[in-house]
Amino acid sequence: MKPPPFEYRDPETLEETLALLAEHGDDAKILAGGQSLIPLLNFRLARPEVLVDINRVRPLAGIDDRPEGLRIGAATRQSALERSSQVAAQQPLLAEVIRYVAHAQIRNRGTVGGSLAHADPAAELPVAMTALDASLIASSGRGERRIAAEEFFVSHLTTVLEDDEVLIAVDVPRAPAGTRVAFEEFARRHGDYALGGAAVVLTADAAGACSRARVTLLAAGDVPVRAHAAEKLLVGAVVDAAVAREAAAAAVRDIEPVGDGHGDGDYRSSVIEAMCDRAIARAAAPGEGKKA
Amino acid sequence: MKRDVEIEINGETYARTIDPRMLLSDFIRHEARLTGTHVGCEHGICGACTIQLDGEPVRSCTMLAAQAEGHRVRTVEALAAGSGGELHPLQQAFHEAHGLQCGFCTPGFLMTLEPLVARGEALDREQIRGEISGNLCRCTSYQQIVDAVVLAIERHGGE
Ligand SMILES: Cc1cc2nc3c(=O)[nH]c(=O)nc-3n(C[C@H](O)[C@H](O)[C@H](O)COP(=O)(O)OP(=O)(O)OC[C@H]3O[C@@H](n4cnc5c(N)ncnc54)[C@H](O)[C@@H]3O)c2cc1C
Ligand code: FES
Ligand code: FES
Repeated sequence: MKPPPFEYRDPETLEETLALLAEHGDDAKILAGGQSLIPLLNFRLARPEVLVDINRVRPLAGIDDRPEGLRIGAATRQSALERSSQVAAQQPLLAEVIRYVAHAQIRNRGTVGGSLAHADPAAELPVAMTALDASLIASSGRGERRIAAEEFFVSHLTTVLEDDEVLIAVDVPRAPAGTRVAFEEFARRHGDYALGGAAVVLTADAAGACSRARVTLLAAGDVPVRAHAAEKLLVGAVVDAAVAREAAAAAVRDIEPVGDGHGDGDYRSSVIEAMCDRAIARAAAPGEGKKA
Repeated sequence: MKRDVEIEINGETYARTIDPRMLLSDFIRHEARLTGTHVGCEHGICGACTIQLDGEPVRSCTMLAAQAEGHRVRTVEALAAGSGGELHPLQQAFHEAHGLQCGFCTPGFLMTLEPLVARGEALDREQIRGEISGNLCRCTSYQQIVDAVVLAIERHGGE
């Protein structure tokens, strides 16, 4: 259980990082918090020739409060997100989900960008960022590009990032007035990857009807799944318990979660439906869902 | 390619030439010869290898030794050393409340919990369980570990 040999590089600037990635292509792997990558190295499931450690590239970490929303540096520790008062005030969904990510010792090293780039469909941050319409900023020697969270995840552990690209930040736009959020998941043990879950972002108009909805599902497929059918049912409705139930049922109609030793596909589907129902109900109930 | 590193552990600097793939847990145990830090799973699950990096609990098996350069590493050996060779109050509480049996997991629990107790956080039993969710113990069933933390928190508050 030791990593295979590799060449270790720890650049201090983004330019050097990009040059290393351009030079080594798919022989190189970025090391951020290492909380997913180092276990993979220890198991020898990954054997990169070059490890490019971005922990010394200071501008990649930090949370910036901008007029249009929060810019979260890719190398921001998950624990920094958890402790940020700006995040708590402006993006309560992120503050809520981050507590479900692994354990305190892991969040002290694990990064926001690492969780997104790792692209585990059972990870909380990808599901939350998709629900929040976040965009991810990728940089390479060829320039910068902005990718909508919904377009970023391709399949299990695979994203649209090219070999020479590094994720540098995530932009999380401010929510419109009247927005409430909630997240629910079920795991066998706190801190473990969950069997299923859902993130919900609802905006209500002055009359109390839902004017905009985002429902994204955790561990429902090989990427974070956006439940368009549920969103359609919610928009225009005054969301009560019956509407929540109906929308949750619609959310899971087209998913086929993969079963494993922790539960078969049907069981997982019912877990996701129940979590989705609870999250919608909580986001819709005044004084319950957190105001965004 | 080998790499020269200088790593500060418990206030002492260890200068070594290492293979960059060396895990911090192995540097601590084999290079610094501080064997209080235990290694269970080597993939981030069990928490036995928990140390503090700049005061924050982290796993030493999911970090490369080279990444610790420029940071302060603190291991379980620092606890008694900081209490004049006597057991640190948290260790004393584990001892009295039977918070350990085989003791394999204990260094990890101590390094996870010590900053919380030192900050004087008033945690209830449920919250304590949340805080130790990243540490596995195969012996105690956790009851006495929680008892030990309750005791340590009481005493810290009473000081
Ligand atoms: C015991 C345990 C339990 C866990 N439980 C959960 C959980 O419940 N929920 C959850 O969401 N996560 C969980 N995790 C994973 C944890 O959140 C990781 O920290 C996270 O998935 C990866 O982040 P990292 O910064 O550690 O990335 P690393 O491990 O360093 O990298 C992961 C991958 O992303 C790539 N990468 C990293 N940063 C960038 C970047 N800036 N640009 C491009 N590519 C990049 C790397 O090359 C690598 O392929 C758990 C981990 C452990 C060990
Ligand atoms: S040995 Fe590091 S977490 Fe198990
Ligand atoms: S005391 Fe034996 S594993 Fe915890």
